[in-house]
Amino acid sequence: MGLLSWLILLPFLTALAVVCVPARRWMMIRWIALAGTGLHLILTGIATFRFWGLAMPDVASMKTATLMKLYLVEQVPWFQTLGIQYHVGVDGISMAMVILTSIIIFTGVLASWNVKERTKEFFVLLLTLVTGVFGVFLSFDLFLFFMFYEVAVLPMYLLIGIWGTGPKEYAAMKLTLMLLVGSAFILVGILALYHASGLHTFDLTRLAQVSYSTDLQYWVFPMLFVGFGVLGALYPFHTWSPDGHASAPTAVSMLHAGVLMKLGGYGALRIAVYLLPDGAKDWGLFFMALTTINILYGSFGAIVQKDLKYFTAYSSVSHCGFVLFGVAALNLMGVKGAVIQMFSHGIMTGLFFGLIGMVYGRTHTRMINEMGGLAKVMPWLAVCFYVGGLASLGLPGFSGFVAESHVFLGGFFGNPWTNAVAMKTLTVIATLSIVVTAVYVLRGLARVFQGPIENHHFLELTDATLTEKISTGVLVATLAFAGIMPWFLIDLIESSIMPIINRLHATGTMVAFY
Amino acid sequence: MMFQNLGFMLNHTWLIPAIPFFSFLLVGLFIRPRSPKLAGIVATVAVFAAACCAYVLAWEYFHLFPAGTERHALVPWNFEWLRYQEHLAVRAGVLVDPISVLLMVVVTTVSALVHLYSIGYMHGDQGYGRYFTWLNLFTFSMLGLVVAPNILQMYVCWELVGASSFLLIGFYYEKPSAVAASKKAFIVTRFADLGFLLGVIILGYYGYHFFGELSPALAQQMGQYTAGGVVDPFDFAYLTHPEVLSKFVGLGTGFLGVSLLTMAMVLVYMGAAGKSAMFPLHIWLPDAMEGPTPVSALIHAATMVVAGVYLVARTFLVFATSGDALMVVAYIGAFTSLFAAVIGCTQDDIKRVLAFSTLSQLGYMMFALGVATMDHPLGYTASMFHLFTHAFFKALLFLGAGALIHAVHSNEIWDMGGLARKMPITHATVLIATLAIAGIWPLAGFFSKDEILVSALENQHYGIFGLGLLVAGITAFYMFRIYFVSFWGKARSKHAEHAHEAPLVMLIPLMILAVLSVVAGWVPMGEFVSLGGASHGAAEGAHHGINWAVAGPSLFVAAIGISVAWFLYGSGHEERSKSVASSLGGVYTTIKRKFYFDELYLFITHKVVFRFVAAPIAWFDRHVVDGGVNLSGWITRTSSTALSRLQTGQVQTYGAWFVGGSIGALLVLWHLMF
Repeated sequence: MGLLSWLILLPFLTALAVVCVPARRWMMIRWIALAGTGLHLILTGIATFRFWGLAMPDVASMKTATLMKLYLVEQVPWFQTLGIQYHVGVDGISMAMVILTSIIIFTGVLASWNVKERTKEFFVLLLTLVTGVFGVFLSFDLFLFFMFYEVAVLPMYLLIGIWGTGPKEYAAMKLTLMLLVGSAFILVGILALYHASGLHTFDLTRLAQVSYSTDLQYWVFPMLFVGFGVLGALYPFHTWSPDGHASAPTAVSMLHAGVLMKLGGYGALRIAVYLLPDGAKDWGLFFMALTTINILYGSFGAIVQKDLKYFTAYSSVSHCGFVLFGVAALNLMGVKGAVIQMFSHGIMTGLFFGLIGMVYGRTHTRMINEMGGLAKVMPWLAVCFYVGGLASLGLPGFSGFVAESHVFLGGFFGNPWTNAVAMKTLTVIATLSIVVTAVYVLRGLARVFQGPIENHHFLELTDATLTEKISTGVLVATLAFAGIMPWFLIDLIESSIMPIINRLHATGTMVAFY
Repeated sequence: MMFQNLGFMLNHTWLIPAIPFFSFLLVGLFIRPRSPKLAGIVATVAVFAAACCAYVLAWEYFHLFPAGTERHALVPWNFEWLRYQEHLAVRAGVLVDPISVLLMVVVTTVSALVHLYSIGYMHGDQGYGRYFTWLNLFTFSMLGLVVAPNILQMYVCWELVGASSFLLIGFYYEKPSAVAASKKAFIVTRFADLGFLLGVIILGYYGYHFFGELSPALAQQMGQYTAGGVVDPFDFAYLTHPEVLSKFVGLGTGFLGVSLLTMAMVLVYMGAAGKSAMFPLHIWLPDAMEGPTPVSALIHAATMVVAGVYLVARTFLVFATSGDALMVVAYIGAFTSLFAAVIGCTQDDIKRVLAFSTLSQLGYMMFALGVATMDHPLGYTASMFHLFTHAFFKALLFLGAGALIHAVHSNEIWDMGGLARKMPITHATVLIATLAIAGIWPLAGFFSKDEILVSALENQHYGIFGLGLLVAGITAFYMFRIYFVSFWGKARSKHAEHAHEAPLVMLIPLMILAVLSVVAGWVPMGEFVSLGGASHGAAEGAHHGINWAVAGPSLFVAAIGISVAWFLYGSGHEERSKSVASSLGGVYTTIKRKFYFDELYLFITHKVVFRFVAAPIAWFDRHVVDGGVNLSGWITRTSSTALSRLQTGQVQTYGAWFVGGSIGALLVLWHLMF
């Protein structure tokens, strides 16, 4: 069994190990979970180094490639009659996503150190969910991909329904149903491609060698894009996200907003745009317009929220808008920005939801108006919140700026298939969000952490514990690392994005660049 | 390549921003939690070290290119920081040219003195270590901005100085007014930065396309003073090259008949106007005085607020090529200088008076740039000259005000009075600075102001010249107003009666700055800074000496201003000032309330944006979009409930449906077939 299979399997094995421990030994359970995810982080590091060594020699040849190149591939026939394989591999985009997920689950376990209710079941489900996420990022057989996708989505129902807060049953039901409707679209899209290709295979690398008829592309592309878009909070299919995030327990919010929402952007890029370049050209402007709404709508929505989790959820809607906006821009800078934004927003929002959980655990309220002056009693958490806030408003030095500047430049530079004036106008509208984001972030920070402490109970609150410090510290360091030294991330993903862009240019008619 | 025989400091210019950066990390992460006292010392030593490096650099640079020779803009060190795509990357590095050297000297000097002063001023404060951490961060960001060889690095550091300014204004985070001020400063400048960002995107977009048309020889020529020899579309060396500029001009008109170049540069100027607090984006600066006073001296008087002026100077050739954009700079600058000076006459908070005076002086620097032309660029030199002298005397005024506030525990000038005898050293240094800003010979402000007025006159901007002269008189008036009220007469509060001199660690920076405020004017700035280092050979803006035809009237109006201030405030007849104020009535109140601009902004943000944009969107989302989702859920549920009624379990019903259905189907079939 190869390295990548271990990456997928390790969380599941950890979950099995947790199953074997009696429920009352909850101390041991969380240590097992921490050990498993810690080990996963190390394995991910090893995989990254191996990937780097293998992929770097190919940088020059990838500049003109139209087919993606996978590394560390493992391919085993599964249901041969249907052409289903166990096919895992990794390229730069999936590597970045695996790193993100590994960091988030590790810090998520640390952040749920104090889950007392049904600890065992909680960690089992959490680890199962993350198995699905790793599976999605690493599998290159669409059937396998879809299977893992469902594995990632379904445990969410239980995790929110049981460990959540507020109207949790409603939120869990709504989230699951909306995401399942999304997956139905995806399934139809995948089956359409399976049949249209005539190859009798679900293998993504082989499906990519077929050129599909323009008509097919025209109706399958929006199905796939919307299907994935539901998970990526595409307007107007985003409303599961505020309720879902608000009701979910800390680690689940972290994982959900941090990683699961990225599956949407990942799928839209990897499957919809990669396999259906002509469809993408037809629909690019439409989805750019929708995601422009996303970006502004989310940030305006966040201004007036009263609950910290709703606040962060709306900010996520806005930030995930950047991901899909970049994808819809259909050029190197836009797509690269989208992938960087997936990474950046994952870390950032993981940090936010982790911190909100920690603050809630102390103040027992998430209402912004009921807090105030908390910086005095919890300086560590305040500093981390500030870092997260400044990163989310795109302050240079953190990864958000790298992503947003890519996306804006990508949108403005345009592509040969879309009306240039329309793209520029949409981009200019989208840039307004940097002001609106500053307004809501600073407003939130000021209400929660600054000013005098009005509730005297808050004077006795304590700052972060050691596990919380490690958890938030890792996330803050990642944000700063990716922001100060962006070239690592860019080098990692750029060669893998080139084929997607080159395919767009290789097919269909070309128009002069400007 | 010419990089072999550079001096040590020229080759290691990166040290100047790097020292405060590493000190920031060291102090913030490791020293501050353990010993705040040591944090202050380390931070201060680091900035002094950076200052020494800057002096050596200045010496080396002006020896490499002695007066009279063409001074090239060197980029001795850079690396690819952020690659957007091929031929579109941000190469972070350091740019050494006359104005960046000038700014490095100013920033490190003022910053070092402010650090030293703060050791005394912030003594015993709870956030002592945090304060020095942020101060180091600011110094690093500001130096990074100054040495930026491309417009994107400038933008990056621009945001970082904004963030450190935000953190320092909100330093007393338990005070609601400080929190509000820090938010306001960040959001207003952020709004301005939106313009800057769009300007950068437009410049990058067209720059990138022109880049493809560049001949290799020309690319090499542009990169000849850059390490690695490569230029990118964001580089100043590229953007200000005549070849590229002529292509920009060739783009013609864009939106609403405004040329694309003008549009881009007006957008860039929007960023500059936000940072330099030009009208109507000035509203954040007076409120920024909520921060600790040394912060006001460093960030909101001497360094960060001049970043906008610096940006315009840095891209002057592009502004001048556009022409219209430069006129925008000139007129907004001139208007701001008058507008702020008028408000300054009515304020009672000593720091706010100084803030409005800063606005007014920044307006001076801006219109000096605006009136300069490529053929007659004296205004360019004059602007940089005024930036240089202003940094010293304004920092001195703020630090002096800090000493007063430290002594009387109030910002109100009406709580002071009679402090001249109790605080002799503060009094002497503040008097020097007040005379300097009023433009009295032989102090620093006289020379630079004179040069600005000369440049306006010589380029036939008579309106701006007259306005500048008027503002010089008003400046003298309001500065001497606060001088007379706080130092002369009788003590007006208990604290003022028992005031005593500040500690030595605070007085030393005051004395050094006082010396600089005297001698800075005698620097022959034209020898060092003039337009046309890289591309325009002739050193046109050589120092003119003193043009007494301009200096005479400007001294005269300053004298009038001082006399009026004495008559109203220094002569011991305070009823005079009150009667003037009451005779002005509503006009006076309007000015004192700063022409109600704060209220206007509050109205727009809270009443319009929050209530009529944000709240409806949130409502729409919860009720319409989400309502749609719930509606589809409801429809599914209701329809399934309705359909479930069919499942009665009665065989008779099923039979009836079966028979009815079969007959119906047969009828349809029959209809279709025949």
